[in-house]
Amino acid sequence: MKINSPLEAYKYLPQTNCGECGEATCMAFASKLIDRSGKTADCPPLMKEKKFAKKLAELDRLLAPEIREVVIGVGDRAAKIGGDDVLYRHKLTFFDKTKMFFDVTDTMDEAALVERVKKIANFKKFYVGRHLLLDGVAIRSVSNDPAKFAAAVKKVAEVGIPMIFCSFNPAVLKAGLEAAKDKNPLLYAANKDNWKEVGELALEYKVPVVVSAINDLDTLKTLAKTFAEAGIKDIVLDPGTAPSGKGMKESFTNFLKIRRAGIMGDTEIAYPIMAIPLTAWMAGITDPVSASFWETAMASIFTIRYGDIMILHSMEPYATLPLVHLAETIYTDPRTPVAVDSKMYKVGNPDENSPVLFTTNFALTYYTVESDLSSNGITCWLLAVDTDGIGVEAAAAGGQLSADKVKDAFDKSGFDIHKDVKHNSVIIPGLAARLQGDLEDKLGAKILVGPMDSGRLPGFMEKNWPPKQ
Amino acid sequence: MANKKKLSEVTDMFKDVDILSLEGVTIEGDIEIDLSGLGGGFDPMLAAILGQENAVLAQHFARLAGVFGVPVGFGAPAAGVPAPAPAVAPALAAPKLKDLIPAKFDVANIAEWTTQIQEVPIGNTSADGGSRGKRVMLGGEKALPFFPDAPMPNRNQVTIDVFDMRLGLAKAVKENYDEVMDNPGEWAKKNVEKFNADMITIHLISTDPLVKDTPAKEAAKTVEEVLQAVDVPIAIGGSGNPQKDVEVLSKAAEVAEGERCLIASASLNLDYAKIAEAALKYDHDVLSWTQLDMNAQKELNRKLMKQCNVPRDRIIMDPTTAALGYGLDYAYTNMERIRLAALMGDEELTFPMSSGTTNAWGARESWMVSSPLKEDSDWGPREYRGPIWEIITGLSLAIAGNDLFMMMHPTSVAVLKHITQTLFGSIEAEPVDIANWIGAEV
Repeated sequence: MKINSPLEAYKYLPQTNCGECGEATCMAFASKLIDRSGKTADCPPLMKEKKFAKKLAELDRLLAPEIREVVIGVGDRAAKIGGDDVLYRHKLTFFDKTKMFFDVTDTMDEAALVERVKKIANFKKFYVGRHLLLDGVAIRSVSNDPAKFAAAVKKVAEVGIPMIFCSFNPAVLKAGLEAAKDKNPLLYAANKDNWKEVGELALEYKVPVVVSAINDLDTLKTLAKTFAEAGIKDIVLDPGTAPSGKGMKESFTNFLKIRRAGIMGDTEIAYPIMAIPLTAWMAGITDPVSASFWETAMASIFTIRYGDIMILHSMEPYATLPLVHLAETIYTDPRTPVAVDSKMYKVGNPDENSPVLFTTNFALTYYTVESDLSSNGITCWLLAVDTDGIGVEAAAAGGQLSADKVKDAFDKSGFDIHKDVKHNSVIIPGLAARLQGDLEDKLGAKILVGPMDSGRLPGFMEKNWPPKQ
Repeated sequence: MANKKKLSEVTDMFKDVDILSLEGVTIEGDIEIDLSGLGGGFDPMLAAILGQENAVLAQHFARLAGVFGVPVGFGAPAAGVPAPAPAVAPALAAPKLKDLIPAKFDVANIAEWTTQIQEVPIGNTSADGGSRGKRVMLGGEKALPFFPDAPMPNRNQVTIDVFDMRLGLAKAVKENYDEVMDNPGEWAKKNVEKFNADMITIHLISTDPLVKDTPAKEAAKTVEEVLQAVDVPIAIGGSGNPQKDVEVLSKAAEVAEGERCLIASASLNLDYAKIAEAALKYDHDVLSWTQLDMNAQKELNRKLMKQCNVPRDRIIMDPTTAALGYGLDYAYTNMERIRLAALMGDEELTFPMSSGTTNAWGARESWMVSSPLKEDSDWGPREYRGPIWEIITGLSLAIAGNDLFMMMHPTSVAVLKHITQTLFGSIEAEPVDIANWIGAEV
């Protein structure tokens, strides 16, 4: 983005405060444009009226992210990558989470191929109210045979998640493109030997393309610039991902340099970057668990430092779970509040016999407890105690969660433990067990110490609820 | 040439040499970790040379070890031999793309990074008036970790936890320590000799009035026991009880006089002045601990320096570690912001950082048998989930700027050391031809 204050964006708006965008004023809308929570398309006059056409074009140019946004695939699960404006997430936020593609080959037998692709497509990990997913399939042409590759592509395309076609042979890539028309796959890759042919394919089929130059940033930039001049806009960069020793350090350095140059305004190299942690499996690590650990470690490095899309191999849960969580960690918007409102929440439709629990108002803690309860069908009252947005264990140790604070939270919520429920009991987090005695005195209620982890609440409830008189 | 070696045997061979680390070795324990192909591996040839007890060579080796971790090993040849590069098909028509348009890549260093992070040593050797076999040096960075702007002078260090009583731990962790959990000295020894710990942290958790209320005097004996059992530098932690910790840590500092331990910790919740006073009187470093709040960290550091007169080379910060999936985004960004502010000249933040990476074991993904949520895909075996959770939590913070890692699982320690030292640049490995990864057998 070339501008950074609402005032600068305001100059290009109609300045009529018509309110059609949903904001009261054009200045408020301008702020949304600057923090990227709104886009110019949300302003009907700007879009429709001819007299604004010039301003719109200029504003769009000024607002475009420094790193080009590239879309792979089509439909609901299309993968958008790039789009970043900063080098550090706290400066704004990172956009377009790192996308994880897992490999298959065109030499796998059909049943194994389909099973693996479905596993990739169906992966789900619940996290604060939604599911973390894997993103796509990278089809490697091991056979180097266009017919075999096309057959594999057909099978993968049926599942409907984004694809990367991996071959340096233009004839193989072309066969794949013919087999999956309009699926918008990413071509991997054009290099210094095949760039003309692969570039032509990208133009002809209008698909995004990777340019690859291992550990050679001059050639990488040359390829990107050449493609851009020829009208290819959706470019992804592959500077190489070495799996060990000095090579890995060089790869890491390349990622840092490319992204720094892009954010600093070198538009000729301001494209999304691809990492290939799959090379961990070529490093001579004999034990598969160790190789998978190494691949996950490599992928983590490049999730944090500027990898926008990755090709991976290990589908073991001990590889996929940490990776989807780390991508979420790094790309979560740091501007969203740490805490939920301190009040009494209902899980399901609780009544006077439903259990009463409390946790802290730290958003992560609250959502974790809430989803453990609701996903297991436990209807209850859940109080979020204001601990300055700190989790249970740390807050109990640091004094932000005390019997007084809990009492205070009950009082402020308007919930009366003696009147609103019949059982006069409160279930407290296992990590706050030390508060039990104090709470009994302060609340005048029976205190049940719950499990250390809310994931164990279903088992706890079975045994301990309703409370024995 | 066998590249696998029990760590205990390796340690015996190297016991007279000042080795800072051993990479690429097989760790005894519930998981065998084999990083032999990654270079920096243990090499039997090198051991043979050391076996000659050639003082000159040994000294040379020690110096190299000091700079590079452990020098060049001869990694096993790559097992997966890539298929030959696919031939490029004859040129299709290429009307729009005629010639390459040459471009040069260039990018400048960050001009704003003007300030160096303070170097802080932990541990006194006999030369410094202590009895430690080596000193650990933290800090000294002039750029973000592993960045090309300026070389990173000191590698990351790992201190492995010891507790002064048997306690509940995740199964995957406990399996490694079960037989030493009643003996802190033996526990510390195992961490150093079998698990390659750079340092030991002794946590005096039994002193908590709600646990065993062990008197400070008795807890101090455990510290002495650990100091005698191992000769690496140590960190001394309390129970987290703000009243009792002041007494416990002061007493511990006294019995460890002259060893330059890391006293963990001073915080705004307790009488930090007393902790600082004990650390200074008995020649130790202070861990300045705050909870995910950069301004609180500045305040505490300022108080330690201005009010308590703690010299700059005795302060290490613990800005708090939250586990992957449980607030790591806050912990990561807090550390990255602290380090960036320091590099740009904020003198209240120019200190090395320490992470309680063990907190990763609080994440349910690291220890639960299976997901409590029915919608989730299968979580797979937990004995592999736990260690990787600790690795990724630590590695993320290493990239954010953290220097010292307090850890628990031996596999996590081995992998974290190998990956951070690879980025540090001290691991040599056979170059891997990645150009043909498309056809590789994996």
